Amino acid sequence: MELKDALVELLRRAATDLPPDVEKALREAYEREEDGTPAKAVFRTILENVRLAREKSTPICQDTGSIIFYVDFPVGEKEEVYRKAINAAAEEATKKQYLRPNAVNPITGKNSGNNVGINHPFIHFHQWDKDEVRIRLLLKGGGSENVGAQYKLPAPELKAGRDLEGVRKVVLDAVFKAQGKGCAPGTIAVAIGGDRVTSYMLSKEMLFRKIGERHPEPEIAEFERRLYNELNQLGIGPMGFGGKTTVLDVFVDYQHRHPATFFVAITYNCWAFRRKTLYIRNGEVSYDD
Amino acid sequence: MTIKLKTPISEEEIRKLKVGDEVLLSGIIVTARDQAHKLMVEKKPDFIRPYLEGSVIYHCGPVVRREPDGSWTFVSAGPTTSIREEPYQADVICEYRVRGVIGKGGMGKKTLEGLKKCGAVYFHAVGGAGTLIANSVKRVVDVFMLEEFGTPEAFWVIEVEDLPLVVTMDSHGKSMHEEVLEKSREKFLELAGLK
Repeated sequence: MELKDALVELLRRAATDLPPDVEKALREAYEREEDGTPAKAVFRTILENVRLAREKSTPICQDTGSIIFYVDFPVGEKEEVYRKAINAAAEEATKKQYLRPNAVNPITGKNSGNNVGINHPFIHFHQWDKDEVRIRLLLKGGGSENVGAQYKLPAPELKAGRDLEGVRKVVLDAVFKAQGKGCAPGTIAVAIGGDRVTSYMLSKEMLFRKIGERHPEPEIAEFERRLYNELNQLGIGPMGFGGKTTVLDVFVDYQHRHPATFFVAITYNCWAFRRKTLYIRNGEVSYDD
Repeated sequence: MTIKLKTPISEEEIRKLKVGDEVLLSGIIVTARDQAHKLMVEKKPDFIRPYLEGSVIYHCGPVVRREPDGSWTFVSAGPTTSIREEPYQADVICEYRVRGVIGKGGMGKKTLEGLKKCGAVYFHAVGGAGTLIANSVKRVVDVFMLEEFGTPEAFWVIEVEDLPLVVTMDSHGKSMHEEVLEKSREKFLELAGLK
């Protein structure tokens, strides 16, 4: 298979076929809500929409997001080959209505019409020692991107200091402020440490974890569970209609920081949590969620 | 109980609706996002006036397919975040006598005042339910500013059938969003130890 064609298929799958772990979490959320509430009706609509989108091969959500690729490729290969194939695939997937044209020039206001623009699709390249290629794709919704937040600890207005307790407070603050606007229930990725750029980088990449997958370190895993429980006590519910599920999961990770800084980056992913992975091994293409 | 509504809607009909009502909406409605709202406030164009009177604005940037015969089909068409139109919405509602706005996330005080003053409501659609909602779009009647604004931002005049919505802001000054905000604020302050 041509690389470009394999990438068009990757884009199609990501836009139209919600990963099973996400769908399962949504189904469990549906079952938790009381009959006759707007929250229950929302989850019913969401699940019906997920089924229809997969069946008809049309986008789950019309906002098919920012297109973010993570390409791991063998030493000696050229980045340019992947970049060209990705741009061509984005253009073709847009023509086929798997993607909405989502690349807008911020100076002129003009939409490029084909999803190709400066740094769009965005590609994180990484050369690795393996003989295989892994291409991971995230379609990140714009509405939920708007409710993400980066905090600088200490944050006196929240009495949040430079420790896990401080992190807990800013995460509560961010999800409270988001209300239903990020298409709740969200999946929350919290990166602790790093600089302005790397904190968001780490939190975005965490979105390749599966729902329910805990951090390998017990202390962080316990912190994730606590945040999950507390955020769901906020009662914001799906779409902000009130309800038992405000977040589907919380992922936390950390990296070393400069002594003078303490950043916490929080990425909010809408319920339509769209990610897929493609592997090329011995010339064979395979896909995973 | 679900209420069936069809555009054009009278002021009397819309004032009967209350927060929490579930509605199935049919008839002609118009999509409009940021650039369209800016244009409606700054230039007050007349081309869209006949479609807006007694009708409903939908905050939506759809995925649309051009058919071989030149017609259009909605492929995916869920709501977009409404609060971005907060500076414009009340003025647009009163200027064009719009009876409702569909979106997600709710809107602010200025819009709530506008709904009360000019007789309109805010309908919440399920964000992300793009394919499901596109299914209730029966036909595309017309499109304006497509070339200038691009697909997501253009004015799409569409006919819908039984679009599932919930009234979350009514014409009597009530807002479900404010209620949830206040309740969750209490809990947030307690959990964060800020009470």
